[in-house]
Amino acid sequence: MAKSALLKSSIVKKYWMALTGLFLCLFLAGHLAGNLQLIFGTSQQFNEYALFMTTNPAVKLLSYVTYISIIFHAIDGIMLTIQNKKARPIGYAKTDGSSSSLASRNMAVLGTVILVFIATHMVNFWAKMHFDKNMPLVQKEIDNGMGGKQIQLVGTKDSQMPFMQLDQTGKLSKEFFEMIKAQTQGQYDLEVQDMTKIVNKKTGEVVFIGYKDLHKLTVDFFKDAKYGLYFTIGYVLAMLALAFHLWHGFQSAFQSLGVNNKFTPAIKFFGRAFAIIVPLLFAIIPVFLHLKK
Amino acid sequence: MSAAKNININLKIWRQKNASSKGSMETYKLDNVSTASSFLEMLDQLNEQLINEKKEPVAFDHDCREGICGMCSLYINGRAHGPDTGITTCQLHMRMFNDGDTIYIEPWRSKAFPVIKDLVVDRSAFDRIQQAGGFVSVNTSGNTIDANSIPVPKVDADKAFEAAACIGCGACVATCKNGSAMLFVGAKVSQYALLPQGKVEATQRVLNMVRQMDEEGFGNCTNTGACEIECPKGISLENIARMNREYLKASLK
Repeated sequence: MAKSALLKSSIVKKYWMALTGLFLCLFLAGHLAGNLQLIFGTSQQFNEYALFMTTNPAVKLLSYVTYISIIFHAIDGIMLTIQNKKARPIGYAKTDGSSSSLASRNMAVLGTVILVFIATHMVNFWAKMHFDKNMPLVQKEIDNGMGGKQIQLVGTKDSQMPFMQLDQTGKLSKEFFEMIKAQTQGQYDLEVQDMTKIVNKKTGEVVFIGYKDLHKLTVDFFKDAKYGLYFTIGYVLAMLALAFHLWHGFQSAFQSLGVNNKFTPAIKFFGRAFAIIVPLLFAIIPVFLHLKK
Repeated sequence: MSAAKNININLKIWRQKNASSKGSMETYKLDNVSTASSFLEMLDQLNEQLINEKKEPVAFDHDCREGICGMCSLYINGRAHGPDTGITTCQLHMRMFNDGDTIYIEPWRSKAFPVIKDLVVDRSAFDRIQQAGGFVSVNTSGNTIDANSIPVPKVDADKAFEAAACIGCGACVATCKNGSAMLFVGAKVSQYALLPQGKVEATQRVLNMVRQMDEEGFGNCTNTGACEIECPKGISLENIARMNREYLKASLK
């Protein structure tokens, strides 16, 4: 078989569609488990989980497989859709949709909605987590010993530095670093690296590792006074599109891979349960956050 | 069954002079159609009316008129072979329609099935797919072995027979939103893949037939299942899954 057939053949395109689609189902299950901590876990738990997910090498590898799967699934889907449209240049004057399900006929439209959602979702959360220098770090209020309160950064377990205090705006101020430098006669010349580390320039010693407050970012996003409601509604609608996409897609992947046997009724049942439960649980989270006092 | 009666109907039919001309939907009125007549007899009646009016009759495919040759096509009211299941158009009867109904009649719509005239399409793409591998090579030099001398499990024989029931009418392509021929090719691949005589050339068969299918310009399968429902012979989607398995096996060889 010619090598190009790996991409060109109609059936091979469907294998790729199925494989990437099923992998993305696994990703959805994992992502959901993480998200549910927004309801059932503490903010501390969620932020530690977020730190793990952005730093663990195995997770990093999986995340690349996920990005590639999403891109491949989308490109393959677009190629298939273009070919399918070409296969019927003149349409029917009258059509009757009774012989197939609405979801199965609109996989490309549903997929486009989901792709747009993924893009905005990544801009709102993923990109901020990875690239936003102004993303808030995890912090807490403590007694300042004089009856007042002050805000202190929370570090990962082995980098608790009690003197990492914040200014009124909740940020590490240049003045604060200068004060430390003066107090220690220049022994501690600090700077922020990689957005979360505070390093002593003089010795190269990492004196503090904080972590990003994804929990706060997420809660603020859906509780936003002006747009929170729209973000929540948008999220729920995207999950509705995902539900329809999975309703057809899950069992369809098995058919494309040639699995149609005594297990098919069970696969269909599981696929439909997955298509309802997973998007529903995803959608409950922003609604919960939006309504939470 | 209620007694036959006569109904008056409106017809919207695709008229196209030849393969290169641009067609359009034309409206006709046909009175006194017996509900006992078949759909094709109704079209015969329309054509007589058109001939009497010195107009060009509607061209449509038909042959055996008993549901086995696969020649009659027609996309009727948005469904391949019209509003009934498990039938070809010649088996569709006017009792399925009511007095005053407007009936849309269109040709199979597929890039691979170009319209020749009116409702007649060229389905030779199916023949070329068959020629690419839908056969078993048999030595016919005079010492042909009886096919029954090779034992075949009953379950497999039944499945192969069900797949072989495909009459190549093209309803699967016509009804598929993608104009995909996977049910046809799946059936043709399966009927051989299930039998020992077909296993010998299985690898080349599935690769060649799928390649030819793609070259003809048929669409891809979205597993909507519409083909299975509209197939007059009830060919199952299992055949497409079997073709997908066969193709995977053949690709890895």
